[in-house]
This record gives sequence, C-alpha cells and structure tokens, in this order.
Amino acid sequence: MTMQQTHTAAVDDPIFEVRDVSVSFDMDRGESRVLDRVDMDIERGEILGVVGESGSGKSMFASALLDAVVDPGVLTGDITFDPEDGPRIDLLDRDETDIKDIRWRQIAMVFQGAMSSFNPTMSIEAHFRETLSVHDYDVEAGMERARRLLSELYLEADQVLDSHPHELSGGMSQRALIALALVLEPEVLVMDEPTAALDLLMQRSIIELIREIADERDLTIVFITHDLPLVANLADRLAVLYAFEFVEVGPSDEVLTGAKHPYTRALLNATPNLDTPREEMRPIEGAAPDPVNVPEGCSYHPRCPVADDTCVREDPPLTDDGDDHAAACHHVDRVTEEVPLTLQEVTVDE
Amino acid sequence: MNDETVVSLENVEVHFESEGSILPFGGDSEVVQAVDGVSLDIPENDVVALVGESGCGKTTLGKTAIGTQRPTGGAVKYKGQDVWKANDGEGDVQIPFEEIRQSLQIIHQDPGASLNPNKTVQHSLEAPLKLRHGEMDTFERRERIHEMLSRVGMEPPEDYAKRFPHQLSGGEQQRVALIRALLMNPDLILADEAVSALDVSLRIDMMDLMLDLQDTFDTSFLFISHNLSNASYIAGKADGRIGIMYLGELVEIGPIDEVLNDPQHPYTKALMWATPNLNPKADDGGSSPLRKIDVPDPRNPPTGCKFHTRCPEAREACTGEMPDAMDLGSGHEVACYRADDGHDYWSSPELADEGDELTGTVDESTAD
Repeated sequence: MTMQQTHTAAVDDPIFEVRDVSVSFDMDRGESRVLDRVDMDIERGEILGVVGESGSGKSMFASALLDAVVDPGVLTGDITFDPEDGPRIDLLDRDETDIKDIRWRQIAMVFQGAMSSFNPTMSIEAHFRETLSVHDYDVEAGMERARRLLSELYLEADQVLDSHPHELSGGMSQRALIALALVLEPEVLVMDEPTAALDLLMQRSIIELIREIADERDLTIVFITHDLPLVANLADRLAVLYAFEFVEVGPSDEVLTGAKHPYTRALLNATPNLDTPREEMRPIEGAAPDPVNVPEGCSYHPRCPVADDTCVREDPPLTDDGDDHAAACHHVDRVTEEVPLTLQEVTVDE
Repeated sequence: MNDETVVSLENVEVHFESEGSILPFGGDSEVVQAVDGVSLDIPENDVVALVGESGCGKTTLGKTAIGTQRPTGGAVKYKGQDVWKANDGEGDVQIPFEEIRQSLQIIHQDPGASLNPNKTVQHSLEAPLKLRHGEMDTFERRERIHEMLSRVGMEPPEDYAKRFPHQLSGGEQQRVALIRALLMNPDLILADEAVSALDVSLRIDMMDLMLDLQDTFDTSFLFISHNLSNASYIAGKADGRIGIMYLGELVEIGPIDEVLNDPQHPYTKALMWATPNLNPKADDGGSSPLRKIDVPDPRNPPTGCKFHTRCPEAREACTGEMPDAMDLGSGHEVACYRADDGHDYWSSPELADEGDELTGTVDESTAD
C-alpha cells in the first residue's frame, strides 16, 4: 500500500480548488498565521461541514473563499472557482469590482447574527429590491423568487417583506437572510455559524430547511461551525480544522464513526452528546495553540497521546490511503487502538 | 416542609408589564407572563437543570430562585424563610435577607462581563473572602485564593492571581467566576448558560469541575441551558433532575434518565428531536414534529395548553384549560392530558389548523 499525498480526497468535479492558502496578520508579537497553507477541494453540489473550535481559523477559511479577508490580513495562495456556466475563475487574481460581482451572484454568504446583516432603517422588501437591482437582475421576477423562497422557509412572505428587521424574531430574520442570500440564485452558499444564536428547535428546523433547499437547487454549501453535532448529520463530508490547518477530511459517517486523527477522536469524545455514556466522556487535555506560536512539527503533538519524536520534528501532510478519507497524522494506524471512540464502542456493542 | 430543602418555589408567578408604545403593533401596555405558576423544591447538594427555548422564562425563574427577581405571585423560601418577607422585614424573620442573598449565588453566561476588567484575579476574589471570612488576614486570603486557583487547574496560581480578566481565556474567566461564587460558601449556585459560550471541547471539563466542587462544597446547582446535551451531562452525572420549560410553565420535570428515556410531554420529545446527535445511525432524519416553527408571542400566549399551537398531538381539549401537572411516580411529573388515560382529550377531535396572524408562519401541513 503506498501512501499518496492528496489534495483532492476523491473529489470528481470540484467547484472550488483551494491550494496553499494562507492568511496572516502582522502583530507586535510576530506574524500571526491564522490559516496555514491549506488545500481543500469542494465538490459541486455537496454540503461540506467545516468544523473547528474558536481560534482554529474556520472563519478565515470562509472569508478566503469569498476573497473577503479584511485588512490588515494578507491572503495568499490560489483559489479556483469553477462555475457551472462560464469559465474558471482565479478568485485571488481579480480586482475588487469583479469580486464584488462574483460574491452574491455566484457565491453567497450567510453569517451569524442576521440582525447586523440587515440595515435597520430599511424594510426587508427594500433589501431584496436593492440586492436585485444592484446586481442588474430583473427586479419583479426576482421578487417572485423571493416570495417563493420565504414561504419555503415557512415565513409569511408578504408580512415579512413589509417588516423592518427589528420586527422579526431571531429565527425569522435568520431565515429571511438565507432567502436574501439565495435570491440571486448563487451556486455556492457559504454559511459561517448561521444558527449560532438560535434555539435548538429553530437550529434544527433551519438545518432541515437548508438540506431541502440544497437538494432542490443543486446548491453547494460550505457550512462552518464550532458545533460538531449540529453539522454532523447535515454534511456530506466533514473537514476538521485544528490550529489553522485541516487535520482530517472525509465522508461524514466515516469521520464520525472512524475518525483517523487523534484530535478529531478526542473532540468526538469530549462533545456532550445524548447517546454517549456520560462516564466515558473525556475533556481534551491542554489548550489550543496561540497563532503567533504554533508548535513545530505536528501542531497537535503537545496534546496528543500518540505523539513521538517524529511528530515533534515533522508536520504530517494530509494524506489518505487511496480512499476518500484523509488525515494529517504520522500514526493513523495506531490511533484507533490508542484513542478509542466512546460512542463507537457503544454502537458496536448494540 | 423538608428541612433539607434549600430553596423552595411555591406557585411562583413573575409577570412583567411591557409598554408596546415604541413598537408599531400592540398599543396599550401588555403583560408578559415570564413565569406562571411554577413550584419547585431544590434540596441540598442537588443538581436541577432547566431547559427551554429563549423566552421560556428559565432565566427569570432562576433569578427568582436566588432572590434577585421578586415574584409577582407565590412565594420563594430559603430554608423555610420567605425570601421577600425577610427583605421587607415582614413577620418573624428567622434568616436575614443579606444572609440569604449571600447563600444564593450566580455565574453568568458571559464571564468576561461579570468580572471587573480593572481588577486582578486576586483582587476580584478577595471581596467574597472579606465578606464571608472577616477574620482572615491578607496572607491567609492569598493562600486560600492560590489554593482555589490550583484546584481548578490554573497553574501556577501566583501567576494567574496577578492577571487581569482580559489576560484569561473564556474558560479561565468562567473558572474565576465559579471560584468567586464558591468563596461565598453558597447553598445554591445558579449557573445561567454557564458553559454555552465555551468551545464544545471545554464544556465537559467545566461541568466536571462544577460537579467536583459541588461535592466538596456541598452546593446545589440550578443549571440553566437551552442545550439538552449539556443539561443531560451535568444533571446525569450528579444523578439530578431536569425540568422542561415552555412559555413560563414547567411542562415536565423528573429524574434526568427517566425523562430522557421516557419523555412524556410532546415538547420534551420535540427538544430531543432537535438535539443534534453524533451517532449517524441515531438520526431519524425526519422533518420537524412541530406544527409551527416559531414560538408564539409571549405577550399574547395561546389559551389552554400553551404548546397546543405547535404540538403535533394537540386536540380540541388542549385549547380549553392548561393541564395540571400529573405525578407519574418517582418524582416524574408532566403537564399534558396525554398522561391521563381517562381524560376527555382522547375522545376530543384533532385540532383543525388555524391561521396565525401574529407570528406569520405557515403551518407545515398547509405549506406542503
């Protein structure tokens, strides 16, 4: 069996090819690299769940996909976007006007906290009309689409359109924002913690709605969250970020039941979950690294029970064994035994 | 009354007047029933988790339990002493209000905001010691604070004691807030979404710490969360209880495993459906069991059982009166007619869907 280095993790028709992408900030204490030379392919039409704890670089990954890293952050590398109709676009090689047009028209985004995304002095309808006309869409046809989208999201279209943002509850405005992001019929929707401030029931309901909309429209969704269970059953594939790098990527079921990276396994064991026996849950020892001072070698080695000298010296690449499930670990073969998955044991027992 | 009970809530009501004037709808001042007729006893060394959606009144109920929110009806008692009668000096006051307030502490969701940014950890933690242990000198206080910091894993304590809140991580700030509450030797700590702001992987650690200290300090916890997984973890490990709140009412309460293994209220079942599960096989993948996604306006709650507008099991009988809590044995209580085999509910017709002018949602059944 030959270990092969892979960028793709078995993606056939990538809509995004992310290569060697870094985001860095100059700080008094030194250069802070908040995304460290990551590669990622995103399959057309898939839901990719990007999971990471605070300070793992997950929001930077979202901003990078939109070429929207804010100053003084510096974004380097290559991101190729391949829309369904139209030529491939080298995203980081475009000027700001081009990029603005690609954003929303082709790559839309929904962030946490809809309230701050809406202008409080404008009605929801005015937001839709403005978005449509700025991007030269047929406004009336677009408003028809908006009404349809809103009712698909279980909102009373006319009433919501007439409202101002403060008149809607958190869940309603978050759904209105999703409708606004979809009204230009983008191919990709990037969502950064879109349900974070919402209640459990609303979160789950919105997740179901996102799943239906993605199915219906062949939408590619990048769903970024710190909440692994939330995205676990939504995403087709899961990508796990630790210390500004992807440490694991693979089909959701495989990552959940057979995670290959010690960090992913520790994270699964540390996540409060109704099905995991409480006595078996374990916190992850140690703390996440400071972006100015990321450990040499494998960045997880100070916290890893499997780590040895190799891990201290060499940063393992993200590799797979020819299947579509990749991990960045020198000791993938030993991990299953040394970091047992508590939930997995239970389900196997049953 | 059981003399082991620390806090006892008796038919507590908290109604707020809301002035509708800035908002375009409404008009006259309206009453929000934040908490409505809740009774709950919290014994010594117990953990009770309260779970519900935002606006269900769980925080208001929690604040009422620790004597920082005055109820508009019913009574709150601390070891048998009516908290607000003590405050007003009414009747024969056995326990002074000051002492009650010191015995009932709180840790908030946002520890950054609850610590004074201009005070070092040492400085913040000295205040409760001065209050509770006037006899301690500076040296003894420093010793005690260092001991507590080591205890919660903040090593070396000399270093952490000198830091300001902004030099601590969120988890460390929350630990300091927990120590500060514990140094008051409280009988009950209200932990209001105390782990919700922490990273998923840090939550177990923080909850384990709370349980560990609960043992040592003989403290009860009232743990408030919108997250069933967290509530299940902390209440489960402590062999405690869980209470489910909906629009100001306690709709189900009981020993944690009993409630989770055999939920009786349709709302509890809906919360369990909504709780994400890491087990791919456990996911039913089904669509929402709720008839409506949005919570009704609390200023204008539905009549009868307040959940009937969203409840998948609702029948005509549910629109009449609010069901009383039924005791199912072993402390498991539920307020739902379905728990009563002989109730008219079972012969009552299913609820026809009605329009909803206020929350403006389309019922799932009609939207399909």
